[in-house]
Amino acid sequence: MRVLNLLKIATKAIVLNKTRTLLTMLGIIIGVASVIAMLAIGEGSKESIRSTISAMGSNMITVRPGADDSGPARGSGGDVQTLVLEDYEKIKKDADLLNAITPVVNSGGQVINGSNNWPSSIYGVNPDYLSIKVVGLQSGSMFTDAEVKSASKVALIGQTVVDNVFPNGEEPVGQMIRFNNIPFKVIGVLEEKGENTFGQDQDDIVIAPFTTVQKRILAIDYLNQIMASAVSEDDAPAAVEQVTEILRAQHKLLDSEDDDFTVRSMEELISTFSSTSEMLTILLVAVASISLLIGGIGIMNIMYVSVKERTKEIGLRMAVGAKGADILMQFLIEAILISITGGVIGVLLGLGATVFIEEFLNWPTSVALYSIIISFAVCAITGIFFGWYPARKASALDPITALRYE
Amino acid sequence: MSKEIIKIQDLKREFTMGTETVHALKGISFSIQEGEFVTIMGSSGSGKSTMLNILGCLDQPTSGLYEIDGVSVKDLNRNQLATIRNEKIGFIFQSYNLLARTSAIENVELPLLYNSKITSEERRERAIKALEMVGLGERLHHTPSQLSGGQQQRVAIARSLVNNPVMILADEATGNLDTRTSYEIMSLFQELNRKGITITFVTHEPDIATFSSRTVVLKDGEIMQDYKNHNIQSAAEELAKLPKQDH
Repeated sequence: MRVLNLLKIATKAIVLNKTRTLLTMLGIIIGVASVIAMLAIGEGSKESIRSTISAMGSNMITVRPGADDSGPARGSGGDVQTLVLEDYEKIKKDADLLNAITPVVNSGGQVINGSNNWPSSIYGVNPDYLSIKVVGLQSGSMFTDAEVKSASKVALIGQTVVDNVFPNGEEPVGQMIRFNNIPFKVIGVLEEKGENTFGQDQDDIVIAPFTTVQKRILAIDYLNQIMASAVSEDDAPAAVEQVTEILRAQHKLLDSEDDDFTVRSMEELISTFSSTSEMLTILLVAVASISLLIGGIGIMNIMYVSVKERTKEIGLRMAVGAKGADILMQFLIEAILISITGGVIGVLLGLGATVFIEEFLNWPTSVALYSIIISFAVCAITGIFFGWYPARKASALDPITALRYE
Repeated sequence: MSKEIIKIQDLKREFTMGTETVHALKGISFSIQEGEFVTIMGSSGSGKSTMLNILGCLDQPTSGLYEIDGVSVKDLNRNQLATIRNEKIGFIFQSYNLLARTSAIENVELPLLYNSKITSEERRERAIKALEMVGLGERLHHTPSQLSGGQQQRVAIARSLVNNPVMILADEATGNLDTRTSYEIMSLFQELNRKGITITFVTHEPDIATFSSRTVVLKDGEIMQDYKNHNIQSAAEELAKLPKQDH
């Protein structure tokens, strides 16, 4: 009852000073709206990176030749020839944390079907590839181990390749295409995966047995890459360790020597990209928080003026029976109401801004519930924190002095 | 006479100004019975304001006894004083002290907002009744800026009545009003007094005292005179004697 009355009094004071209240709220509104929008952008990019990478297979582990290329001025991994088929066989035999593994050789080239041609890439792999990359087939079937062994000229193609070399909608399976003038029989079409976050078309691909690509297209005996998938996502880091150990032994590296290959799990890739976007998010939120703080100081400032201006009113309220606690609560509720109302408007504005960013700038966004909850909590705390001192001052006034104040 | 509303015995109030002690009230004793209309008179520096603050439970005596409606005020804390003010005293000020941009009825409701025993329906009901008593039943939703000075003071009087106080305490309640309006207000006070409401009126205007039943004159912190008024003037009659105004 009592609190309800005080709430009524505080609401009235706010309504009577609409313009001033709105201006006071502005700081909070802008602060909250920017925190919500910034977090939405941060979360959105993080989520899209994560989903892209997990679509590539979140258990996936890749082994590339050459040392970690994060250092300055190294040659591209593809030029190094330290990864060979024996490495693949050794890993396949010894690594028990992996459930699928394939050697990878790849090359760019022209896909030709009659008068239609299209520049694409060919990946030479084994049948495990599908499960490692988590990709299914639209039609046809995967080549077999026997076809790998015999280096058969069979291939599976992605949707983009289908669209470009079979523009009239013919059924590609069973047709002959040529890749860099080597004829391949199309035995399947890969499921459509679309673009990933980095803008790569994941359907612009031809896959064939690695033996075929190695011998007939590239004429090499080394591998560009080994792809594997760990038993589970949790086992991925341990699997990376295991593969590293096997390869170091295989390559007879001394303890003092660096790895001549690089093993990475998708998890690492995710965290690499996430940490960049996380840093950005933290930075943006920090800037937004400063405006929230300034908003809070604005509230304190106005509450101070308000207490001063309404000294006589406070005196009157005390004379007719308001206790110090009533006055304290009245001003505190007023401050909290201002900050929370500002918070609500800020959240709405932030959500609006998020929709705008998503629609017109085409940035991925994702509004996290926690960001709304945190904003509200911060608003309430801001109101209490910055409202407390002026309210405390009001409640401690001497009624006689306050009544005589002009 | 009947019940004793106010009992004051050897009441002293001292203020410390730096190293000096100012004796604002130097041992005052008097009491007010239920139904009296007392004016407390005195020039500035007489201790009149100090007396008013103590009577209104806004301040406490340094020594001596002050009882209002049987409650000794001396040892009460800030909150208990607030409750006494809320339940036993109705304040009226020289400058009305109404809340701006707030309707008459909400102004009158104000004291009841701080009394959690009263429901919002009862609050509204009592506020309307109080405004009707002061003749403003038609102006419940007017804000102070839409009311004349006399009407504003009537709202303030209604506010002082709304909590059914044991005593109304008026501080120069006619000080801001012209003669005609102040007579109107005084006649309202007399009317309320006739209904049995105890009124204590602090003023420095001698003609106000002629409308009351008793006058206490303070000088230099002591009671100089305390006399019953046997020839009470009727404010309504005085009002009728004033030259007619063009309306």
